[in-house]
This record gives sequence, structure tokens and C-alpha cells, in this order.
Amino acid sequence: MGSGRLYAAVAMGGFRRYATYRAATAAGVFTNTVFGLILVYTYLALWDQKPHLGGYDQAQAVTYVWLGQALLSTLAIGGSGVEVELMERIRTGDIAIDLYRPADLQLWWLAADLGRALFQLLGRGVIPFAFGALVFPVALPRDWGSWAAFTVAVLLGMAVSFGIRYLVALLTFWLMDGTGMTHMTMLAGFFCSGMVLPLNVFPGALGDVVRDLPWSALLQKPADVLLGEADPWSTFAFQGAWAVALLVAGRMVQSVATRRVVVQGG
Amino acid sequence: MVDGLRAYRLIGAMWIRSTMAYRASFAMTTIANFAVTGLDFVAILLMFSRIDVLGGWPLPEVAFLYGLSCVAFGLADLAIGSMERLGQRVRDGTLDTLLVRPAPVLAQVAADRFALRRLGRITQGALVLGYALGTVDIAWTPLKVLLMPVIVLSGAGIFCAVFVAGAAFQFVAQDASEVQNAFTYGGTTMLQYPPTVFGKELVRGVTFLLPLSFVNWLPAAYLLGRPVPLGLPRWVAFVSPLVAVACCALSGLAWRAGLRSYRSTGS
Repeated sequence: MGSGRLYAAVAMGGFRRYATYRAATAAGVFTNTVFGLILVYTYLALWDQKPHLGGYDQAQAVTYVWLGQALLSTLAIGGSGVEVELMERIRTGDIAIDLYRPADLQLWWLAADLGRALFQLLGRGVIPFAFGALVFPVALPRDWGSWAAFTVAVLLGMAVSFGIRYLVALLTFWLMDGTGMTHMTMLAGFFCSGMVLPLNVFPGALGDVVRDLPWSALLQKPADVLLGEADPWSTFAFQGAWAVALLVAGRMVQSVATRRVVVQGG
Repeated sequence: MVDGLRAYRLIGAMWIRSTMAYRASFAMTTIANFAVTGLDFVAILLMFSRIDVLGGWPLPEVAFLYGLSCVAFGLADLAIGSMERLGQRVRDGTLDTLLVRPAPVLAQVAADRFALRRLGRITQGALVLGYALGTVDIAWTPLKVLLMPVIVLSGAGIFCAVFVAGAAFQFVAQDASEVQNAFTYGGTTMLQYPPTVFGKELVRGVTFLLPLSFVNWLPAAYLLGRPVPLGLPRWVAFVSPLVAVACCALSGLAWRAGLRSYRSTGS
């Protein structure tokens, strides 16, 4: 029970830390809205040319754009979650301090990242989405069950997203400079999550592959749940399986990595 | 001016040496920069795997727009893209260090963290532009050939102005530095698609308010022999250099005003 409270406090800290920068949040909301606008127009032209592309109608495609903008920072699809700080701590050696704290390293960062994600969802996600829903024709469910299922899918998406970024961050133990990894994560995140283009529009075998990768648990799956295009339970199973696999892998890499830590004296 | 260029060169060279300390990471970031910016084009290719024209424009012509936008933005990004980090320096007070050095602040901020990896974006844009020039149907005249480098340089100038204006804005906005991404990255993304895709108001906005459409939409319409957006006359294609100079002058004024209003955080 005691440790549960600890991680809740860490998560709360993560939430409040991001909530402090109000101007930055407002700027993010503005930027997400502008990008949403640009994407909406291109998607409208695309679906105008080819109605029912990927099984979406035009309103669903528009909804998908604004969901993407709402979840971009929440799920840190292009990176820039707590892993940036974790990498820096590994590089500078501050990680040694974290390791002798009476808390589990992975759970600590998971809690901090969940706090961040919850804030980003409320602070950065809601307004662009509301703007999009008010200005453009969107397809939103009217029953609360779909919204509840969507919420669960987003929460599971948060776990998968953290699982990926934690693994990447741990590679800093070997590479020392995480910039390259950060860029690669961004690349994979944007392309494979459906941020660039919905995954159900991807042609042939490429589409089959990306739809099974963990990144599709971030944007494509929750979106399909909200748009009524996917069965919630099998979506949860898919996301849950990836979350568990990634977190277990993270734990294994962590145990190898922390044995490499050498505390320099002086 | 000469001082500024010299300072810019020295600081830039220093950052290149610094980046080369981690060669594996440099290689990865350059490849990633190439690939990340290429994603936008992959998205366009994926779209065209399902359709033949977007907003009435076929793939080679969209690639032409894309290449022009990407190379122009890439040049600006390589030259002074680091200016988007100014907000950080204003926040933590490290801008003070730059103020006491005997070199123009603008040159120092522009060369700060000079990143050679940004060549990745230029290379990628140039490849797409090359592909477009090879496949697109343009009735070349000497005038049109001459216009090509002028367009690219003017486009880079316009994006440089946006970067400088964004940096000037950060003196006031500090934390809100992300706003400028909407105009820099948002701008280049928008220009990758045909103007016919967007609402008329949006096209008006990026022609008369923030003249981004002079980077590629207006000149490309002339080169490709397409109707010029908003029913503008054909000669607007040749106005781009003037627009670039005017934008740079205005953003230079904004920069001066911003720098003058700078109040250090103290410590």
C-alpha cells in the first residue's frame, strides 16, 4: 500500500510539473491546431478523390486527424516524454542516484510518464479536438460505452508508449549520446503509429505489418475504437499484450544495463 | 556584418567539431533527419498509391512543390534553425553570455548548436526535386531556367525571416516558443501540398499576411503553366526575391526590437 502511494505521488508530481508551464501548453495547443488544420484539408482532398478510403468516410477521416493532434503529445508519439530526462541522467551519471533510491526504477519513470501523459491529454489534447469537432464535420459516438472503451484504449496506449521509450532510453547506457536514438524513435513513432497517414490506408503487406507493430496501439487502435471500426476487447488484448511484452523487455534490459553502471569517484 | 559572418563561421565550426565527438550518433541523426523529413513524402507517395490526382495535381507536380518547399526550408533550417532555441536561453539567462561577447548576437544565436545533420533534409528535398524535374512537364525557356535558383534562394530567405521573427517573438513569449513551429514546420508542410487543397481564406492568409506562398505556390504555378492561386497575375512569380528581402528587413527590425526589450532573469 505504501509503495502505491509513492508512485501515485510521483505521477502527481509529473502532472504538476508539466502543468506549471502554462504558456508552453497554450503554445502547444495553438501549434497542434494549426497542424490539424493543414492535415484536415489534405485528408478532405484525399477522401474527396477516393471516398471510403481505408474504410473511413470523410467525417471519420476528419475525426482521425483531430484525434492524432490530441494524442500526439499525450502518447509522446514523436518522443519528448520523460525519457528525455532519463537519457540525460544516464549520460551524466545521475542515474546512480536513482538506483539507490528505495523505489523501482521502471515503475518510478512509468508513474512520472503517466502523470505527464494525463496532463498532456487534458491540457493539450482537449482544446484542439474540441476546435476540430466544432469547425469540421466529425463522426463521434453518442453512447458513453464507446467513450469509456476509448479511454481504456488511450490508457493502454500510454503504457505501450512508455514501454517503447523506456527501452530506447536504456540504450543510452551503451551509446552515451541519445540524440540519434531520439530521432529514430520519432521516425518510427510518426510513421508506424498512423500519425503520418492512417494505417488502414497503407497498401498491401506494408499495411499488414505496421498494423501489428506496437506503435499501432498508440493512435490507430484507440481511434478505431472511438470511430466504431474495431472491437474494443480484441483491441485491449492487442494493446495489453504489447504493453506487457515491452515492459518485461524493459525490465530485462534494465537489469543488464544497471550492472554496467560504474560510479566514478572524485 | 563581416564581424557577424566571421563569428558565425567560427561558432559553426566549433559545433561541427563537437558533434563529431560522437560519430555514431551523428551518423544516426543525419540519417534520421533525412528519413524523418522524407516521411512527409512517403505519406504523399502512399496517398498517390490510392489516387491519381490530389486537388487536381498529379504526383510529379506535387513532388515539384514538395521539393521546392523542402529545399528552401532546409537551407534556412541549416543556416539559422538553431534560433528556435532562443526561448531556452532567455529563460535560463544564458543569453547574457552572448551579449557580452564582441560579436553580433544574431550571428551567435544563429550559429549556436549549428547542426550539420540538417543536410539530411536538404538532401532529401533535393532528391525529390530532382525526381520532379525529371518527370514534370515544363516548357523550359531560358527565363524559367534562371528562375529556378532564384526561387530556391528566395524561399530560403523567406523561411529565414520567419525563423528570425519567431526568435524575436520569443523575447516576449519565452515559454511559448512552440508557437513558431506552427509557422516554420507548419508552413513547409502546408507548401508541400497543392494550394487547391486548402480553403481560400488560408491561401489568402499565407499570401498577403505571411507570404509563404511566394516560396513555391506562386512561382510553381507560373513554371507549370497552371492557374495562379487567387487569380493573381502571372508576374507574381518574379516577385519572390523582393518579398524575401522585405521579409528579412521586417524580421530584422523585429529582432532589434526584441533584443532591446530583453530583460535578463538575473540569478
